Parts: sequence; structure tokens; C-alpha cells
Amino acid sequence: MSEAPRTDLAYLPFERRIQEVEKQLAELEQISVRTKLDISSELEALRTKLQQTIGDTYRDLSAWERVCVARHDKRPIALDYIEKVCDEFIELHGDKVFADDKAIVTGLARLDTRRFLLVAHRKGRTTKERMAYNFGCAHPEGYRKALRKMRLAEKLHLPIVCLINTPGAYPGIGAEERGQAAAIAENILQMFSLKTPIVAVVIGEGGSGGALGIGVGDRVYMMEHSYYSVISPEGCAAILWKDGAKTPDAAEALKLTAPDLAAMGLIDGIIAEPAGGAHRAPMVAMQAVKRQILTALDELEALPVETLLHQRREKYRRAGALPGRFPVVT
Amino acid sequence: MSPDFAQPPSDRPVHAAGEAAGDPAQEAAGARWKKKELPSGLWLKCESCAATIYRKELEEKGRVCPACDFHFTLPGRERIKLVLDPESFDERFADLGAMDRLRFNDSTPYADKIKRTESKTGQKEALLCGFGSIEGRKIVIAVLDFSFLGGSMGEVVGEKISLAADLARTHKLPLVIFTSSGGARMHEGMLSLLQMAKTSAALASLNEAGGYSICVLTNPTTGGVTASFASVCDVTLAEPGALIGFAGPRVIASTIKQELPPGFQRAEFLLEKGQVDKIVRRSEMRSMLAKLLDFGAGATAS
Ligand SMILES: [Zn+2]
Repeated sequence: MSEAPRTDLAYLPFERRIQEVEKQLAELEQISVRTKLDISSELEALRTKLQQTIGDTYRDLSAWERVCVARHDKRPIALDYIEKVCDEFIELHGDKVFADDKAIVTGLARLDTRRFLLVAHRKGRTTKERMAYNFGCAHPEGYRKALRKMRLAEKLHLPIVCLINTPGAYPGIGAEERGQAAAIAENILQMFSLKTPIVAVVIGEGGSGGALGIGVGDRVYMMEHSYYSVISPEGCAAILWKDGAKTPDAAEALKLTAPDLAAMGLIDGIIAEPAGGAHRAPMVAMQAVKRQILTALDELEALPVETLLHQRREKYRRAGALPGRFPVVT
Repeated sequence: MSPDFAQPPSDRPVHAAGEAAGDPAQEAAGARWKKKELPSGLWLKCESCAATIYRKELEEKGRVCPACDFHFTLPGRERIKLVLDPESFDERFADLGAMDRLRFNDSTPYADKIKRTESKTGQKEALLCGFGSIEGRKIVIAVLDFSFLGGSMGEVVGEKISLAADLARTHKLPLVIFTSSGGARMHEGMLSLLQMAKTSAALASLNEAGGYSICVLTNPTTGGVTASFASVCDVTLAEPGALIGFAGPRVIASTIKQELPPGFQRAEFLLEKGQVDKIVRRSEMRSMLAKLLDFGAGATAS
């Protein structure tokens, strides 16, 4: 699948060379239009150079650079998946106790012929939207909404798909008063007993407990340039290095990238992104996520539910432990 | 926490940098727990009311301030001695020690921190667990020790909580957990975050088998420990004045840029907000647990 390159991208600090080549290309294209000269071979050479530059830049991203890609303004967010990839979506609001937390969106969804429950952190596309959705930082009612809808999915024999993209759960007075910790804990506990397949994909930021609160799955995938971490690199640098400037070092030390976590056996797979990251070709990136979700659901729905639950618990009981490291109680 | 984060995107909220199940752990591990340790010498100052207390008297009273009733953080072994019947503790899995899987190195390599803490505390990890009895009632007990890297939850702490839940399930015994922890241990990265899920998986199996669990939250319990096993036991108790929460107070204050209300995130605040079942004084803990265990006899019978 091909897609016209986007021209509205904000460049990340390490993308300077890409920016230069794209600028040259744009100028050459303008000349071509203005002068009607045949410079198609020059254009072609520059386009090849651009692809090479993108490839070179993205071949060996540091952990911190990946975090920047994961947070890119134009990176596809849950709303894009809902509007452009899902074939049907019926949003279901509210925890039916306190409020409808807009930082988490839940609803009945369909991909091709496959029906499921979608649970996703919601970020916005504009500053106004981002503020309205609290930057994807959920309150307890968001986690309780998610659990309530997941119970509905279990009853309806619908699988659950969770798209993770949050800097973390919201740390505020109201959140604490209403039991932020307990809400996350309850979700994690109950997700081990839900008798329906659960597939989780980290599509951007996997921010700590706020991510895990909708993140227990039979399969957990990460997009190539997403991150998943016990703490934000900024927070880690401030606490351990006592120096915000050490954020890139903290990002490196935390081993928070998809390849790092796959190597430790902590995730089930990496979903490759188009050259230059998901923000360069959102549809291509989102289709890859869709394919991985459908494949996983095929595998999981073939399992008897007892096997599914047993495997889910066993997977987390092992959680990356070296073989033979821990005793077994029988 | 320092607000000097590298390259904060302009519309990113400040808390995005700070919020994590792990960071209160490290606030604790980095600074707070050092303060919590009682200075040597005959006399010391209460960190709550600033009264001068005779050290021996404090220890005799289970480290509760005679002047203001402040419940000092109790080292794990002292807790076990205070709660269990004499000589009844049958420790298990004591040989499981932390591993530096990430080769994590900020100012001091994590491997060195572990070694130093091991020799200082004489134990291999922050969690002590095993069999024991309370006024004759047999239980499985698990105690998080704040003096070991702020009681932070790494791979071994998570594993031992899970093993304790397994022991409770297979031996049909009640599980009693005492927590004091800053949360996840960030030196172990995602491996530490996933302990929240691992312990929950073990508790899910315990619940399914009809097991009975009681968790006592003591000062301080925050982050990934509060956001996992500590909050989902059948009965949740707290010691008076204990700081209990998800995010640490400093993270919250810096996010909302307001002063926090008095008593915020203290046990009494949680009780008022409906987050804990009961506040129990240290001196009454044993007898209260015994009563609660009697009411749970039906769950662990059969
Ligand atoms: Zn005092």
C-alpha cells in the first residue's frame, strides 16, 4: 500500500537531514512547475535520496529518539483508528457511577467482519482536543468505565482490543480521592479473569501503571517506535540523576523500546512501522496494526476459554524471568 | 522533582513527566527512607511532633511516638516479631535475591546498591514471607520492608508476593500482607512494572480458590504497590497516619500547582473517602487480625 507523503510534519530534532532534503525536493518541484523544464531525473534522484535519508535516520534511533517519535504530534492516535480503520464504531460512555472520563474511549467496534470491544486511551489532534481529553491521562472513572465495558464484552462473547497511548494515569487530588490506585489494581486483577480474548497494542506512549490499567492481554504488541516504561524518562532522570538534562540517559537505561522489551520476553511482538515512523504514513501503520490484531484474534479464539485464562496467568507469572530462577509451589 | 525536563513539548502537561507507578518509590528510596531510619543514640526526635523521645521507650512501644501516637515505619523483622506468635515464623524463599538485569547505572550501579543494602539489612530482598501464626491461627504472611530500597517492588518482591499467594492457596491458609513501599523499583524497568500484573495473576488464582486475604497498609505505601496487590485484598486495613496513595504528594503538587489539603493521602483521609475498611492502631493489630481471621474461617476451611 502506498500513500502520498505528508507535507505538514513537524520535524523532530534528529530529523534535520530529512528536513533539508525535503526542502530541496519541494524547491525543485516548484521550479519544475514554474519553468516547465524536464527535470524528472533530478527529481527522481532527490526522491531516492530522501528515502535513503529517512532510512538512515531511522535505522538506529536511540531510546530517547523513539520516545520523541512515540509522542509525535502527527502520530496516529485512537481517534484515527476509530475513524479511518474501524468499519463500525459505537461509543459507549461512562462508568455509570461518577463520570465519563474522556481520556479513555470505549465502544463496540468492527474490523472487516470481526466484532470486538475497543478500549483506548484518547489523545487529541489539536491543543483544544488534547486538553479536553486530558492528554490521555485517565482518572479512576476512566479505568472503571473500561472495566464495566470489558465485562459487557465478556457477556457478549466479544474479544477485547486495547490501544495503549498514555503518559500515565492522572496524579491529582480528585484522582486520589476516588481511588486511582484501587481502580488500576482492580482492572489488572479482573483482566486475569475475563473469559474472552484480550489483545493490547501500545500505539504510542506506554506510561506505567496508567498503561497497565488497560494493558493485561493474552497478546501484547508494541509498535516499532512506541515505548513502554515503569516511569517517564523525565521522571526517572529527575529522581535518579537529579538532572532533567539526563533524560536521554534515563530513556536508554530504562530499556523501554520495543526491541529491548521483546528481547527480554516482556512483549509478544513488534509491529513494524513505515520508514520514518507511523506519522509519515499513518494509513500504512494503522493497517499493520489491524492485521496484527486480526491474526492474534484468530489464534486466541481457537483456544478453549480455560486454556486462554491459564495461559494468560502463566505468561505474567513468568514475566521475563530467567528459566529456573524461581521455585514453583504446588 | 526538578521541572527542568529536556525538550518538553509545549502542550504536554507537567505531570506527564512525573507520573509513574515507579517514581514515588524512588523519592522514597532516594531520600525519604534514609530519614525514616532512627538515628543512633539514646534520644531521638519524633518526625511528626518533634518531641524528644527516649529510644528504648520508642522501641518498647513498637515504634509509636508516646507523645503524638505517630506510627514510625517499622523494619520488616520487627513487624513480624510484633504481629506473629513468638517463634512461629517459618520463613520461605529467603534466598531469592535481586538481579541487575538491565545493568542499570545512574550515579551508583544498581548491582552495587543491592549488595550494599544486602549487607546493611542482612536480607536479600525487601519482602519477607513464610508461615506463621497469630494467636494460634495459622497464616501465610508477607511483609514489605521499607528499609530495603524503600520497599520498592522489583522482580523478586513481585515473585515472593505471588509465591506467598500460592502458599496460601495450596495450604488453604489466609494470606496477610503488610505493605510499606514507594512503588515499583525503576532500576528494573518494565520488569518491575509487570510485577503489578504478576502479583495480580497470583491473587486471581487465590480468589478463584476461595482464599482469604488481608492487607495492612502502613506508612508509606504508594505507586505500583498501591496500584496492584495492596488494593485488592478482601480486607484493607491501614495504620493511623499512614501515607497511602497512587502518585506521591510532590508529584501531585507539582502537577496541579496547588498546595495539597491538610491530611491529604493519610489513612484517615482514605477512610473518609471510602478507600480503606478500617484504621487499626499498631498496639491493637494482633488482636484485630485474630478477630478478622476468625470471621474468615469459612473461606479457608474445606
Ligand atoms: Zn510524636
